[in-house]
Amino acid sequence: MEKFSYVNATSLEQVTSLLSESGWGEVMLIAGGTDLLAELKEYIEAPKTLVNLKTLPGMDSIEADASGLKIGALATVTDIAMHPTIQHHYTVLAQAAVSVATPQIRNVGTLGGNLCQRPRCWYYRDESTNCLKKGGDTCYAVDGLSKYHAILGGDPVYIVHPSDLAPALIALGASVKIVGPEGEKNMSLEEFFTLPAANPFRENVLEPNEIVVEVSVPAPKSNTRSFYLKAREKGAPDFALASVAGVFAMNGKTCETASIVLGGVAPAPWRSKEAEAALTGKMINESVSQQAGSDAVKDAQPLNDNAYKVTLTQNLVSRAAMMAAS
Amino acid sequence: MPDKEKKQGTNISRRNFLKGVGTGTVAATVAPSVLISNEKTADAQMGDAVASATIQLNINEKSYQVEVEARTTLLTVLRDGMDTGGNNIDLTGAKLICDRGECGGCTVMVDGKSVYACMMLAIDAQGKQITTVEGLADGDDLHPVQEAFIQHDALMCGFCTPGFVVSSAALLNENAKPTLEEIKVGLSGNTCRCGTYPFIFDAVKTASQKM
Repeated sequence: MEKFSYVNATSLEQVTSLLSESGWGEVMLIAGGTDLLAELKEYIEAPKTLVNLKTLPGMDSIEADASGLKIGALATVTDIAMHPTIQHHYTVLAQAAVSVATPQIRNVGTLGGNLCQRPRCWYYRDESTNCLKKGGDTCYAVDGLSKYHAILGGDPVYIVHPSDLAPALIALGASVKIVGPEGEKNMSLEEFFTLPAANPFRENVLEPNEIVVEVSVPAPKSNTRSFYLKAREKGAPDFALASVAGVFAMNGKTCETASIVLGGVAPAPWRSKEAEAALTGKMINESVSQQAGSDAVKDAQPLNDNAYKVTLTQNLVSRAAMMAAS
Repeated sequence: MPDKEKKQGTNISRRNFLKGVGTGTVAATVAPSVLISNEKTADAQMGDAVASATIQLNINEKSYQVEVEARTTLLTVLRDGMDTGGNNIDLTGAKLICDRGECGGCTVMVDGKSVYACMMLAIDAQGKQITTVEGLADGDDLHPVQEAFIQHDALMCGFCTPGFVVSSAALLNENAKPTLEEIKVGLSGNTCRCGTYPFIFDAVKTASQKM
C-alpha cells in the first residue's frame, strides 16, 4: 500500500466536505475495508486520505417494524444475516447475506461497502492493466479471458457487479438514502446502479462527494415467498457465477407478482422484466418456470468463455420459480 | 512481487526507522516530519488527518502501546511490530499467507468475532479486545479446541492451524453446539491445502462437547 493519512469521521457534513475537496480517488471512505484494502494493496487505488466511517454514531442499526426495514450503511453483513426479522420475513436478504464471502469478512464488511464494492474483474484488479474501467481504451475481456464476465448489459465494459445483497434488496423493492453537501436524497436501489454504457468508470450514480447512509425495505406482503440462489464455482465461499433473487407473492401455486433480479451476470444487478412477465398471474408449473428461465436470458450475449452462464442463469430462474410454487 | 514489497515498506515505526538508519544526515532530514505526526494520536485527534499515530492495542488482555503508520495492518503489528518500549510484540501465531483476506491464516478474534488481521488496519483495532491463538490457552491449560485438534490429529503441515483454531473458538463462542453443516460454514473462511478438513470438523465437534 502507498501511504495515506487517516481521519476519524465526526459527522456526515464533515465527510461530504472532505470528499468535496477532491475528485474521485484522493479522499476515500473506509468502513470494513475488506474490498478497499485489497485495492490499495494492488495499487488500483492510492488515496491521500482515508476517512473512517465507523466513528459515525448510529449508522449501524437495523430497525424493523410493520412498515419495513431500515438498515444503516454501517450494519455488518453478519448483522443482516443473523437478524431474526430478516431471517423470517425477508428470507431472500438473509440468504444473500449468509452467501457473502466468509465469516471473517461478513463480521466486518458493511451494507454500504457491499453495495459500493468495486468489480472483481481480473483485468480491472491487475495493477499493470489500464483497462477501459480504469480510464484506458479497451475492455480486455472482449478478446481476452472472459469466464467470469457479463452476458447481459456489458457493452462497453464487461465486468459483473459482485454484490449479493444488491439483487436481494432490489427484488424486495428497496430504496437508498444518500447524503451529499446539499443534504439527503432517496432513490430506488435499482436506479442507484448504472450500466457502463452510461458511465464506464463507475457502477453507481454516486457523485464523488456523496455517501450511502441507509437502505429502506418495504415490508413484504404476508403471502410472499423469497429465495436467493447463488451458483459458485465450488462449494467454497466465492462471488457468484450467477445468482437469482426471487420475491414472489403467491396464492397457492398462482404467482400474483414476481420480482426477479440477477446477480453475477451483468455490470449492475439485472432486473429481468421478461422473467417477471412470464410468471405474473400464472399458475407456476414446470413449463411456466422454464419459460421464465429462457425469457430471462433471451437477450444474453455471451463472450468467448462464458456461454455457460446463460444456461446456468436460465436454470436458476426456473428453479426459483419452482421453489415459489412448492 | 519484490517491487511491491519494497513499495509497501512494511511497518516502519519511528524507533525502527531511526535504529535502522546508518547516517545522521538522513535521520535529521526525515525525523522531524515523522515526529510531528507521532505527537498526534488517533483518539485525541478526532477529525484530524494522521499519517501515523501512537495507539493502544489490547491483545490477549494485555495493553500494548505502538506507533503505527495509518496503512499498517493489525497483522503486521502482531507479527513484526514493536511497542514504544522497544519490545517486539512477536505474536507470530497469526500467519501472513495470502494477505488478501482469502486464506484465513491470519484469523484473530476482535471483540469475540473472527476477522482477518491482514485486512484490518491496526488503527481500526484500537479500543477492541484482540485475541490471537497465543491468547486462547490459560497458562498451561490448552483451550478445548486446541486439545481437540491434538486428539484428532487435525493438522498435517500445521501452517493453517492457528487460523483454524481461532476460527473454531470464535464459532463455538457464537454457537456452542454446531451441527456439521454449521461447522463447515463457520470454518469456510479458512483454507487447508493439506486437506485435513474431516479431522478439523471432528475436532470442533469434540471441543463443542467439552465446552
